[in-house]
Formats: sequence, structure tokens, C-alpha cells
Amino acid sequence: MESNNTVIEIRNLVKTFPMGNREFTALNGINLTFTGGEFSGLVGPSGSGKTTLLNIIGTLDSPTEGEALVMGQSVGNLSQKKAAHLRNLKIGFIFQTFNLLPVYSAMENVEFPLLLQKMNAERRKKAVMEALEWVGLADKARSRPAQMSGGECQRVAIARAIVKKPEIVLADEPTANLDAANSHHILQTMVKLNKELGTTFLFATHDEKVIGYLRRIIKLFDGKVATDEIVTIN
Amino acid sequence: MLTFKLAIRNLVGAGLRTWLNVFVLSLSYVVIIYMNGMLDGWNRQAKTDMIHWDTGQGQLWQKNYDPIDPFTLQNSFGPIPGELNNLVKEGQIAPVLITMASFYPEGRIQSILLKGISENQKVIDLPTASMIGDSTEIPGLVGKRMAQSNRIKVGDLITLRWRDRNGTFDAADVRVAAIFDTNVPTVDGGQIWIPLARLQKMLQAPGEATLLIRGKSEWPSFNSDGWVSKDLKTLTADIDQIIKSKSMSSAVMYLILLMLAMLAIFDTQVLSIFRRQREIGTQIALGMTRWQVVKLFTVEGAMHGVLAAILAAIYGIPFLASQARFGIPMPKATDSMGLAVAERIFPVYSIGLIIITIVFVLITATIVSYLPARRISKMNPTEAIKGRIQ
Repeated sequence: MESNNTVIEIRNLVKTFPMGNREFTALNGINLTFTGGEFSGLVGPSGSGKTTLLNIIGTLDSPTEGEALVMGQSVGNLSQKKAAHLRNLKIGFIFQTFNLLPVYSAMENVEFPLLLQKMNAERRKKAVMEALEWVGLADKARSRPAQMSGGECQRVAIARAIVKKPEIVLADEPTANLDAANSHHILQTMVKLNKELGTTFLFATHDEKVIGYLRRIIKLFDGKVATDEIVTIN
Repeated sequence: MLTFKLAIRNLVGAGLRTWLNVFVLSLSYVVIIYMNGMLDGWNRQAKTDMIHWDTGQGQLWQKNYDPIDPFTLQNSFGPIPGELNNLVKEGQIAPVLITMASFYPEGRIQSILLKGISENQKVIDLPTASMIGDSTEIPGLVGKRMAQSNRIKVGDLITLRWRDRNGTFDAADVRVAAIFDTNVPTVDGGQIWIPLARLQKMLQAPGEATLLIRGKSEWPSFNSDGWVSKDLKTLTADIDQIIKSKSMSSAVMYLILLMLAMLAIFDTQVLSIFRRQREIGTQIALGMTRWQVVKLFTVEGAMHGVLAAILAAIYGIPFLASQARFGIPMPKATDSMGLAVAERIFPVYSIGLIIITIVFVLITATIVSYLPARRISKMNPTEAIKGRIQ
């Protein structure tokens, strides 16, 4: 599945965690490749290793064995500073619990990654408003998370993830705290962004609604890839 | 710059929580400055009053005079050096003659110090001019506390008994001419002041004195045989010692208040970390380095200190200034502590005290913000994002 457009490449990845006196193997010999513009999902029951794999790809964690290359950079060998830089420029995160900064307005939340990039104020403001318009929340720019619904908060989180036009967006159970209508709205937004911006989306989910939108489904079971299938869209 | 921008944004965004922390910290500034200003003012006032009421700028003691041993008083007076007579007449030097005596308040016998002082002296604040008069009666001055403890009023007759220089007992009545109010117990408790000439006559010691008090002008050259010079430093050594020991207790108080301020902000910051754990994990996920997070929290803590200093200035300056102007009323019982205590203490706030306090609280706020922030940097971001307490 390798191509010149490879954004993520995982080779013989093993991740273990200490658990008392023993070690728990969360990922065991994972081999996967993702190309730019994919709309893929890691699917499986709780404890199958979805979030762990997502965290390693997101450079928030490192492999115990094997290698994870993200945008050509080996996650295990990255310094903290370089990992932070990679996250800031190339990777967007969407979390199950939205993880918006509570004291910031929607606009300030979306602006945050651009502040870290030291983008100038004019470009920053333009990019933020554009991102909020993509997710249909331009009118809520000054609202704080506490003043918005769960669906709106997740849309702000999506705007924050895509405002920097990252290569990869990692979404961990993005619809788990949303009702069906909001879930579909969010997923349609992400599909639209995937098509328009060519951003690679990688989900960790066991939500059937999300699975319905995926074009590649990787089933994980006990830390191993059980199946990896391309979904044909009619 | 980014750190400052984010810190300001966080502080503004936190709204009431920020202002509550800032207010508590500002109280630390004001209380520390107030307490130390009060102790400093108290100490300074006690010493100044002692100089104004008791010691003057310097004294000459008759060589046998020992204020700690009252039994030496009988032999502790000598002729006032002739070279000083003009200054004595002008009131620039105040001769004082001291002897032991007894008086009989409400049928009791009580030992006192009987002190004679020239009525026209301008050296100390004792209202000696109120004893000037042609009456054949002996006019006397009594301090307010002495008067209160013995129920003496202006115009009362006090019967005194004393021994002259030959050891002969004698007695006379003193008419109380005035009751003076002073903060200095050494001129008040257990003593009665009468005109110098009268006491010289009573003791059969004309032209003699136990000690001489000078004002601001230096001693002229004179034959100092039989007299020992005591400079201001020697005369105020006791009160300086008390002030020094009080300064130690002030320093302890200062440190305690500082520790309380430290604890308050430390507590706030530690709580903040646990509460903002998910936020911190998110910031790291969005591309902040761990060091940037440490910096952000440290700067936030320091900014609490700066904002608190500004807030403290807004309400603290008028409060502290009014205290310095109108003084702090003190209970009379504080006299029993042995240090001259005024009815009102006027706090003194030195620039040094204010600057040191601000710098100390700022540094403290920064350090106690840095320590928990450093802990954040060791958190596993994947756990922090989920808000799991580690």
C-alpha cells in the first residue's frame, strides 16, 4: 500500500505498558501505511489498542518496539521539541470530550495553534474566521465553550484541528458525546473538509455512525490488525 | 512574548477566579507592609519620645549616679560646673536633682523618686513652666499614669518625706500644679517632679544636681571633674536593644506572613494544575512544548503577583496613608509591656520595606508557581488529555 504520497507508515509496532509487575501489550506487531487524503478508521472494541495507536501517530506517545513514521519522521526518535513542532504544524487532534480551553472563546480556541506558529495577527484572524465558517460557527466566534452545545463544541474542535491546514487529523471517538443528528452533521463536515482540503483523517471509533462514513476500515483486536479493508462508495 | 500573551489571556479568561487569587495575594502585600510599618513606627516613636521626654540629646551624670541602684542617690549629686550656668539659665541645659522619698496616697506609704528640675528648661517636653509661680507652696508635676494609679488630681496636696544629704528626715506638702501625659514611663511612674531650687533647698544641696540634660547644642568646654558624659547612644542603649529584639520578632512576623502568602498561591497553583490537567494535555497536543507549559504557568503566577501589587496599591495606599496620618489607637494596657507606647501608633512605611515586600512576594509567587508547573511538565500528555489525576 506504499506510495509516494505516504503520510503515515507503521512497521512492526509494539507498545507495552507496565501493569503491576507485568507488562500489558497494547499493540503487537502493527504494520500499516496511510496515504494523503485518506478517510480511514481504526475500529475495534475497548482495549483493542485504537487510542494507543492514535497517540503514537500523534507523537503523544512513543513505540516500545518497531517504528512509526509520520510525515517521514520517526516518532520514537523525535525530541520533545520536534514532536511538539510536528504536532503544531502537521497534525490536528479531535477528542471525544472536545478538550476546548474553557476560558477561551471559540475564536481564541481556534486561534491557539496559530499563536504557537507565531502567525501574524491579520493572517491569523482570517484563518480563524475561515475555519469557523467551514464548520458553520462564524456567529459563535465570541462564545465560550460553556455557552455552546456539545455539537457546537465539537465543531469548534474541528475548526481548531483544521485551521492550520494540517496533513493529518486524528479523531478519537469524535461522536461519542453527541446525539445522532449532531454526529452526522460533524461527520459530513469532516467529509467535506477531507474532499476540499485533501486532509488525511484517521479515526479511532466503535461508533457505527462513524464507520458508515469511513472509506478504509482497519479492525483491531487485542493489539493486532484483524482486517484492513477499503470501502467502495457507490 | 507568546507566553505573556497566553498568560494574560488565561488570567483575563479565568475572570473571577483570577481576581479572587489576586485579591488574596494583594492582602498579603498590604498586611505585610501594614504590620511592619506599625512595628517600625512604634519603635521609632518610642525612641523619639524617650529623647524628647527623658534623655535629651545627651547627659552628664554625677560620677556616683547609678540609675539602677536607688541607694546611691543619696550621694549622687554634685555642684553644677560654673561654665554651664549661663546655658542652665537660658534653659539650654536642664539640671535634674534626684532623691528617694516617700508619699502617702490614701493612707498608704509609697516610695518614689523625687526629682527637681529647673522650671525654665527648654530641653525636654516636661511641662516645667507650669511650676513657675510665687506661691510658698511647693508646686509639683505628676505623670498621668502615676496620677491615675494613686488617684491624684491637679490641686491635690501630697505629703512627702525625704532625707536630706545629712540623713535627716524631713517632710513637706507638694501642691500638684499639673498632670502631664507622656508615653515615656521613665519620667512618669513612681516619681514626682518639683522645682530644682526647692529640692536643692530640701536636700541642703544648693547649686547641685544629679544629672544635666542637654538639647541640640554640644557641651561647652568645662571642668568635668566629678561628671561623666553619656552620649545619646549610651542613653538609648536599652531601648535600642528592645527595638532590636522586637526587630527580630518583626522579622519572624514578616516571614510568617510571607509563608502564608506563599501557601495561598502554592495552594492555588497546585489546585489549578489538577483542575487544568486536561487543558494542559490539550495544549501539549496542540503543539506546546513542556517547557512552554512550565513557562506559561510560572508567568501566570508572577502576573498574579504583579496584578496583586497593582490592586494592593489601589486600595492599600489610601488605607496605609490614612493609618500613617491618623495613627492606630493603642490600648493603655500596652504600657505594662515595658516599652513606651503612645496612645496612637503612627506607622512608618519606608521605601525599602515596600520595595522588599513587593520583590519578595513577586519572587515567592513566581517560585511557588514554577514548582507545580514543573510537575506538569512530567505528566504523561495522553493521560492528562483524559483529565486523569496522576
